Amino acid sequence: MKIYGVALLAFCFLFGKLLGNYLGVWIGLKSDVGGVGFAMFFLMISYSYFKKKGIVNELTTQGIVFWSSMYIPIIVAMAATQNVKAAVSQGPIAVVIGVLVTLTGFLLVPLISKIGQTKNEK
Amino acid sequence: MEVVYQLIEKNGLIFAFLVVGILMYLSNLVSTHLFKKKIPGVALAVFSGLLLALLGSKKGIADIPLFAGMALLGGSMLRDFSVVATAMGADLSKIKQAGWAGIVSLFSGVFFSFFVGVLLAFFLGYRDVESLTTIGAGACTYIVGPITGSAVGASSDVIAISIAIGVVKTIVATIGTPLIAKKIGLDNPHSALVFGGLIGTTSGVTAGLAATDPKLVPYGAFTATFYTGLGCLLCPSVFYFALRAFV
Repeated sequence: MKIYGVALLAFCFLFGKLLGNYLGVWIGLKSDVGGVGFAMFFLMISYSYFKKKGIVNELTTQGIVFWSSMYIPIIVAMAATQNVKAAVSQGPIAVVIGVLVTLTGFLLVPLISKIGQTKNEK
Repeated sequence: MEVVYQLIEKNGLIFAFLVVGILMYLSNLVSTHLFKKKIPGVALAVFSGLLLALLGSKKGIADIPLFAGMALLGGSMLRDFSVVATAMGADLSKIKQAGWAGIVSLFSGVFFSFFVGVLLAFFLGYRDVESLTTIGAGACTYIVGPITGSAVGASSDVIAISIAIGVVKTIVATIGTPLIAKKIGLDNPHSALVFGGLIGTTSGVTAGLAATDPKLVPYGAFTATFYTGLGCLLCPSVFYFALRAFV
């Protein structure tokens, strides 16, 4: 049943968020640290485990696939609900710093991607 | 008309599905016929989303009661839920392989964003450590900025700027990623992990990657999700004290 997939996803989501929140409390922040990352990790592990055991069938998978395919529409809705006006109206300071910082990040991608990559190619 | 408004306001989320569906359909039409698919439909849809956000202010288009449901559809609950769902197709061994690169990218992402932000703020005339720290933190993400700002006691207009910088970063990542992806070798899970750690704004990273190649989304999201936490940890503490020692 599709709901099994959705339920598995919900379980991983909540469990990961819980861990992220505890990690946040532990290091003295009141926010979620890496909750989504933990949740993704749990989903990868549990899904492949259940699949190996033959518990997961096509319909269960579809329950998860549906939500992962809703991802892009959700991002579009998210973009439409950002405070774009504030970003634009704060004048050139925010725009200049925001643009240059992001470009720096872009330019570092090929540099840091080299780590671990040469090893893989052997 | 009154009945229609009431119906839509009561069923905001459902209306948001319809609005986004139409938006994506139109974007794909424009992408196919006007741009010959050179600019992906997803990128156009996200961009038109940002334009629509200008109709409102704090919550973008969701400030208009008719479109309030967009805030639910685009809010962090459903966003995170669907991001986690994308992990199903991710390859754990690839994440393991990129482990070190991922960690290095996270630390250098926060480090460079912060200090490039501080340096630029310094050139633009800011001299006090609190403002510099807050602006540097805003250059990480729009969550790190205000958290750091209130921790070090920066003024509210500086905090507003730090949020704005974070939002600009998100927008630039969203629009810029598909344009620059090829040039920076962003076409495999390994570099997507690094990318997520370097840019860090979950919304920008995931939206940018979705417009570039949806297969890369889970990898970028995986590292990006740790970025804001790391930024909130380092900016008001280590980085703040380091700056105080200098300025």
